[in-house]
Amino acid sequence: MVIQTKGLSLTFQTNDGPVHALQDVTLNINKGDFVSFIGPSGCGKTTLLRCIAALETPTSGGLSINGRSAEDARRARAYGYVFQAAGLYPWRTIAGNIKLPLEIMRFSKSDKKERVAKVLKLVDLDGFGNKFPWQLSGGMQQRASIARALAFDADILLMDEPFGALDEIVRDRLNEELLALWARTGKTIGFVTHSIPEAVYLSTRIVVMSPRPGRITDVIESPLPKERPLDIRDSPEFIEIAQRVREGLRAGHGDVR
Amino acid sequence: MRSVLPVLTVLIALIAVWISAVAPMNIRQSLDIAERAGVSVVPESARVRSETSRFYLMYRNPDEILRGYALDRPRLPTPKQVGQELWKTTGEMALKGRAFSKRSLIFHGWITLQSTLFGFALGTAIGILGAVAIVCSRTAEMSLMPWAIISQTIPIVALAPMIIVLTGQLGIEERAVPKAIISAYLCFFPVLVGMVKGLRAPAREDLELLKTYNASGFATFWKLRLPASVPFLFTSLKVGIAAALVGTIVGELPTGAISGLGARILIGDQFGTPLAIWSALFAAAILAGALVTILTVLQKVTLKRMGGAR
Repeated sequence: MVIQTKGLSLTFQTNDGPVHALQDVTLNINKGDFVSFIGPSGCGKTTLLRCIAALETPTSGGLSINGRSAEDARRARAYGYVFQAAGLYPWRTIAGNIKLPLEIMRFSKSDKKERVAKVLKLVDLDGFGNKFPWQLSGGMQQRASIARALAFDADILLMDEPFGALDEIVRDRLNEELLALWARTGKTIGFVTHSIPEAVYLSTRIVVMSPRPGRITDVIESPLPKERPLDIRDSPEFIEIAQRVREGLRAGHGDVR
Repeated sequence: MRSVLPVLTVLIALIAVWISAVAPMNIRQSLDIAERAGVSVVPESARVRSETSRFYLMYRNPDEILRGYALDRPRLPTPKQVGQELWKTTGEMALKGRAFSKRSLIFHGWITLQSTLFGFALGTAIGILGAVAIVCSRTAEMSLMPWAIISQTIPIVALAPMIIVLTGQLGIEERAVPKAIISAYLCFFPVLVGMVKGLRAPAREDLELLKTYNASGFATFWKLRLPASVPFLFTSLKVGIAAALVGTIVGELPTGAISGLGARILIGDQFGTPLAIWSALFAAAILAGALVTILTVLQKVTLKRMGGAR
């Protein structure tokens, strides 16, 4: 068990009264899992990911990562985090951006160079190390930000709608590449999305969430094989899971439509 | 090159206004001189003329208008006269090897420049350190920021003599010290405000990214806040160096300084030689322009190296 939450709740106090961002979330994520969090906006999927990353502190409930608290896990640099926007520092080159966590974590000079070259290759950005972020397309920037999260080789990768702002075609390619990367590295991945096909295509488990209060309504184990070409999305199994996700989303949304 | 045309248009317009202002500004003096030379002017009495509208005088004495463009000590000199005076006190003296004589504007400009740079360095250092303190500590923000703002509401002309007297009392004979303090006093504020803004420029995600790396406060400052503030820094430096120059000139005005562009302005005023005032003013403007240009070039080079070539 890599990530374990038990009765996790988070309430924000706002001027309009308390907002229950998360309520009683219990979930176990095993090593090597690819878990997607899907749901409409306001369902707490990003908040849950941020709790795991210790960027948000739960109001109550248990949360452990690798057997310790989220805060300790963050201090131990247990995860790499990919934000919705690539968030590359514009004054650093692509290689410089990937080097950033390595500099902070005080990797040796030769190790830094080696790792940058390795992850650049991993995300297929060979030869772009000396470019500045603005010289790259949105998809390439997002790949660079994934490379940055991979550079220090944490076992957990947390991704918050990393492809949300990209067009369908680029998104498909990056999804495919992400799966290949996951297969190669064996990392545990937490992935927030609001796209049903994306969630079904990528995940070993799909966590369906719903808003007000943010909670889990369904957890779906994917029967799809680990090897997934893009056209698996036309297979009956795929369509069946997508159907179930859709139903889960609808059930949690009983008050609307 | 595209930016030259609009600038040139404004320049031409300004010169046109200037030249057309010379005639009314100098008409009384022209008529006085004409009267002394035996030319009949209307009205005849100088006292009556001093109470008559300048434009009426021009209307009644059209032949004497041009005289205003060639006076020895005009109230408002023409651009050409100012240019000639500037050349006489700079280039011509330099060619004669007397660039640093007491009558040369190069000498006075150099005195002013020294204090300006000294004050600029001091003010920039204070501004940056203050901004760092304000960004790093809430206590510093609450205690420093109001005073920084209040400091700028006190007119510098009121403060300048006090600073000069005070440094004199402390036994500091060097003239450049109070001038640099006054100049730093004016210059630190834009740098402080700009740097506070710059150091706070990083978005929440940029900061959170470093948090996921468990970066120290020092690393956050060094690798994120400082580089993010560089564009802001240059903008404030440009404002700051102009303010530093103004501060130095103000510091040269009171208590009988004898060297520096400010002193030239004051002396020109006391001895009734507007030409000297105007040429010192233009020397100051040219100096400011040169300093800002240097910073602009530095800014371009730095930002280009920081990936800003968009």
